[in-house]
Amino acid sequence: MNIPKKLLYTSEHEWIKVDGERGHIGITDYAQHHLGDIVFVELPEIGEEVAMGESMGVIESVKAVATLFSPAGGRVIEVNDELEEAPELLNEDPYGNWIAIVELSTSDDLDKLMSAEEYTAFCANLD
Amino acid sequence: MSLKQTPLYPMHLKYNGKIIDFGGWELPVQYEGMGIIKEHNMVREKAGLFDVSHMGEVLVTGDKAEEFVQRLVSNDIKSMQDFQVIYGLMCYPSGGVVDDLLVYRYSNSKYLLVINAANVEKDFAWIQENLIPGVTADNVSDEYAQLALQGPAAQEILQQIVDVDLDSIRFFWFNPEVKISGVECIVSRTGYTGEDGFEVYVRPEDAVFIWEEILHAGGELVSPVGLGARDSLRFEAKLPLYGQEIDQDITPLEAGLGFFAKLNGDDFIGRSALLSQKEEGLKRRLVEFSMIGKGIPRAHYEVQKDGVHIGHVTTGLHAPTFKKPIGLALININYTEPGTRLDIMIRDKAIEAVVEPGIFYKKKTKSK
Repeated sequence: MNIPKKLLYTSEHEWIKVDGERGHIGITDYAQHHLGDIVFVELPEIGEEVAMGESMGVIESVKAVATLFSPAGGRVIEVNDELEEAPELLNEDPYGNWIAIVELSTSDDLDKLMSAEEYTAFCANLD
Repeated sequence: MSLKQTPLYPMHLKYNGKIIDFGGWELPVQYEGMGIIKEHNMVREKAGLFDVSHMGEVLVTGDKAEEFVQRLVSNDIKSMQDFQVIYGLMCYPSGGVVDDLLVYRYSNSKYLLVINAANVEKDFAWIQENLIPGVTADNVSDEYAQLALQGPAAQEILQQIVDVDLDSIRFFWFNPEVKISGVECIVSRTGYTGEDGFEVYVRPEDAVFIWEEILHAGGELVSPVGLGARDSLRFEAKLPLYGQEIDQDITPLEAGLGFFAKLNGDDFIGRSALLSQKEEGLKRRLVEFSMIGKGIPRAHYEVQKDGVHIGHVTTGLHAPTFKKPIGLALININYTEPGTRLDIMIRDKAIEAVVEPGIFYKKKTKSK
């Protein structure tokens, strides 16, 4: 299971890569593996305000429908349109393909997320 | 209740199946390194091997077996010949469906009924309840493991290890005395994928051996296939699933299965209700639809027209063969004309779809 060091993680298997006041958001290798073949991504709308843990999109595999929860509060400033045509990119490279970029409203939320080490231990407990 | 395992459970572990609880059975939804789409495509292009041992089997014997099965099942049982297989439905007096099933005729005094796993207890109770003197019904589900080998390469693979010419088993016929690598099996040319292929019934203790023999004979042409692709394959071929396209509140006529309910033949349970329904005209019917808006229709999603409820999706998914979402919906008869626009309610949003017959997979089964 691939869990890059520099990202922060949620218990719902999203990741966020923080760069100043902006965060790239995606789903983890664990998430894509457990969902199976991803066939549809419903992206958030640009300008949408999201709270930490709030639904911001939907990922569907052949069998399952999963909600994408925002790892941190903020405003959506960019979405990865490419995923609408090629949702399988999330299976192929879950960390190389972000889903949305959020302008963070506060850095406080980030303190509540897991580090790579913590997330690794978290996943180990699930299987 | 603890989960049940089929005799092939060790094979699902060996081939890294992702195990789920399927109606009380521990079965693989897919296999590691493959996944639903690859497994699905394997069956369409080459061949796939399925464990369907969870299916139930009921043996009906006795002088009056033919009369009994004819009364129990909607299709024309009396016209069957020995070693023929027929698809039919067991209905309630209301016309709703108890279950759909395959009937294997050994003789007019011996039939094997193959029923859905989740319905075994209910079906067997129903069969017992309607039993007539001179007929015995036995639930022999635990005496059989069942494998399905499906796909264009199925015959080429199986032919290498059987002692009969498989051309002698025509579509919807069976041979009860086939040896696969020396082991006795029942082999029918039947399946649930829309492809040519076979279903093989073996003693539970022989199941692992037969599984490995088939995979070995098939080599690169075959791989194990889980329940995920079993569902997507049957759905693309528009084969009904109990609990979705049919159930106790949906009649065969509403589900578009009128061909398998012979209303002009011998009497069967539910026939008079179906005759009345036909006379009065259907109030709702199953339709094929494709999406205009973005989204994947799923079972039980509501269907609306101009904000009014008109029915529900029975099955919908991203069809791997067509690489787009398609669906089946049971809707008010007034909206079933081809080209009619519908709204599928996906997460409280109305997403546009259109009634479009003919979009499903054209079956490659050998219908001769």
